[in-house]
Amino acid sequence: MSESIAKRFQDKLDHGVWPYLSVLVHIGLGTALVYIYPRSNLAFLVLISSLFSLYAFKTDRRFQLVAGALLALLIIPVIGVRNIFYLEVIFQISVFAALALGLNIVVGFAGLLDLGYVAFYAVGAYLWAFFGSQQYYVLPFAPGSQPSGLPFLLPGDAFYLFLFIAIIVAALTGILLGLPVLRLRGDYLAIVTLGFGEVIRVLANNLDKPLNITNGPQGITPIQRPTMPEWAVDSFNGLFGPLIGHPVSPADMYNLLFYLLALLVIMVIIRVTRRLDDSKIGRAWTAIREDETAAIAMGIPLVRMKLAAFAVGASFAGVMGVLLAASRTFISPESFSFMQSIGVLSMVILGGTGSIPGVILGAAVVTILNLQVLQGFSLYLSELRQSEAIIPLINFAWKDLSTQLDPAKYQRLLFGLILILMMIFRPKGLIPAQRRRRRLVADPTANK
Amino acid sequence: MRPLLAAINFRELLRPLGQLLLFSIGSTLVLSAIVLVLSLCLEQTAVGQHLHSRLSVSLYTYTLVNLPQVVIDGLTIGFVYAAIALGYTMVYGVLEFINFAHSEIFAVGAFVGVEILIALDKTGILRSASLGMAYAYLILAIVMGMAAAGALAVAVERIAYRPLRGAPRLVPLISAIGVSFLLQDVIRLTEGLTTGQFNRIMPTFGNFDRRLNMGRIALGDTSIALGISVKSIIVISAAVLMLVGLNYLVNATRIGKAIRAVAQDRPTASLMGINVNRIISLTFLVGGLLGGAAGVLYALKFTRIDPFVGFFPGLKAFTAAVLGGIGNLTGALLGGIVLGMLETFAGAYLGVFTMGAAGSEYKDIFAFSILILVLIFRPQGLMGNNVGQKA
Repeated sequence: MSESIAKRFQDKLDHGVWPYLSVLVHIGLGTALVYIYPRSNLAFLVLISSLFSLYAFKTDRRFQLVAGALLALLIIPVIGVRNIFYLEVIFQISVFAALALGLNIVVGFAGLLDLGYVAFYAVGAYLWAFFGSQQYYVLPFAPGSQPSGLPFLLPGDAFYLFLFIAIIVAALTGILLGLPVLRLRGDYLAIVTLGFGEVIRVLANNLDKPLNITNGPQGITPIQRPTMPEWAVDSFNGLFGPLIGHPVSPADMYNLLFYLLALLVIMVIIRVTRRLDDSKIGRAWTAIREDETAAIAMGIPLVRMKLAAFAVGASFAGVMGVLLAASRTFISPESFSFMQSIGVLSMVILGGTGSIPGVILGAAVVTILNLQVLQGFSLYLSELRQSEAIIPLINFAWKDLSTQLDPAKYQRLLFGLILILMMIFRPKGLIPAQRRRRRLVADPTANK
Repeated sequence: MRPLLAAINFRELLRPLGQLLLFSIGSTLVLSAIVLVLSLCLEQTAVGQHLHSRLSVSLYTYTLVNLPQVVIDGLTIGFVYAAIALGYTMVYGVLEFINFAHSEIFAVGAFVGVEILIALDKTGILRSASLGMAYAYLILAIVMGMAAAGALAVAVERIAYRPLRGAPRLVPLISAIGVSFLLQDVIRLTEGLTTGQFNRIMPTFGNFDRRLNMGRIALGDTSIALGISVKSIIVISAAVLMLVGLNYLVNATRIGKAIRAVAQDRPTASLMGINVNRIISLTFLVGGLLGGAAGVLYALKFTRIDPFVGFFPGLKAFTAAVLGGIGNLTGALLGGIVLGMLETFAGAYLGVFTMGAAGSEYKDIFAFSILILVLIFRPQGLMGNNVGQKA
């Protein structure tokens, strides 16, 4: 009986004005909550999850677009500038979503497990870091010994050009790395790509001699940003100043700019991924993923298709690398460790391999867990440590707790748990890919 | 006594010893020849002059004089790699699955062994121990490390791999990567909660740090002491013991026969009355035991361990297993020795031969390059049979 009520309730939510209303209420509630409590993580979660309800409820496509644009272009910028930490979280989500979408092409579509994916990210980042900083003139100097006042090689606005150059360079790197290894069987490929990822990191760490290309472990800084015109800050302040409550500094505007750029890149990536998935190449990838031998028998050029997957995935990461280098103005080999690769992989696995909304959801969940939940837990623990509280039963004083226990640093635990649990209990991810669902569900009306 | 002796298959005891000797000598000769020829070629170039101006010694002499020490170091690390590689190769042979978490099993073995020794050290009995007792404590640490690592390996298989048996290849691999990451942080968490330190130092006791000197060799103005530390000898002999024992277990006992049968054909083996699940557990247990022992030996040799200590040795041991032909026990020995030697040679001579442009920091890359080259040109490894593509 209760089941039928739930079903009827669900039916109702899927028809008429109800889905529209629910989405609007969700967005409105989230906005209001964040606006009233700018420091509350929970309020922020409500707002962010409204993106998901926008996706989940069956509403008109035009409505989805308008509501999405409103959320992404108006609400989030205003909210984000009010509390810059939110904007940072959203920026990180977008960066990782783009990376996860790129890895999704390699892992989800073509079925090639790439454990060194951040290598391409590093290529993009170091590309702009080299050309967008003084590094060219630092070449003959050992790290730390360069004279001050060196000029920049290129103006900051070359950043936009390098977004495109990074696509080409990263794709070429992908092809270059892919060529020798793509004949390998799946599990060997995984280990070899892991090796390549480490090679890139070791190179970034050690290419400070004989020529100082990467500045070694210290990393490259400062990296230029594109110029921010005066009028952009002024007009933003004029438009949204009353809503925000305080004038926006150019530094905040940069955060906003990079958020919008990341959003733009993601839009392009989603579009490209969608089109690719439905194209001949996408079908070929699916065939390779499902059965390599059969795919060869069908006349699919195996190596060329695998290379295409590598190149496309790599180019997404390359663009995001440029964006990261410019937004951080500093990069070091630390940011491109094996753990990052696994982090991106866990986003793809969590969301659902091969599923675009799933992968974005995965990126959002993992990033929020990482930046907000784990760190919130850390803060909570450190507060407990300073208090006089005692765990009752075992009589353990919180302040005796080792200071080494900092949950924010236990990302590996998080990634590991995600990977194991998803593989055992839900290998297809939170939002399984459409094509797989089509095969699993007998009812042909299940997909439209 | 006689029936007991007759039951022992001496051929299987001696064969791996001969192989180990052969591989060690062979790789020593080949690699030495390569570096000596290289040094002769580079003698007259800028490389030779650079060295001459620094140490006033010719490149050839420098290479030759350093050679014995490099070989000893290479063999030591090579045997450690071989012991870890056996764990990979055993599991791969039976399940065709890369046990990515093996490197953390190794790390857990190392931590348990070192923690026991640290605890003993705190009570003071370690410092006052006689030589014989010192060895007994070391053996205790190794055995405890083995036990912990073996138990962990079996548990990991039961929890994270067994439910995924029969799934597509990449599924258990991803789960294994997850286990590997999880275990790294679990080690960190445990250490953080109990001792508050992640980096543990092996206590010094017994005579393990003593060096047995075998003379000095003059090198230009200076001279180089040639010797082998006691702990290197312990590492090598313990590794040899394990390798011989494993070889015997697999090739000359009933259990070994069952393991080989399961590796060859799982359904048929189960039709023959072999409990496949138990054999697979056993395989993980044996791999874990070897890994744990290798972990303690590694800690003994390199003194300092941290929760991520397993990552690079694990990867290199995997490389060694692939180099030798994964699934092949003899191949893992060969691969481990060759890789250890190659790496030590690279670490010792790369800097000199490139005039300091690329020093020993590139030796980790070296292992990967070998892995990639082997996989491209001889995917079945040095000693493996061509298994073909199994999807």
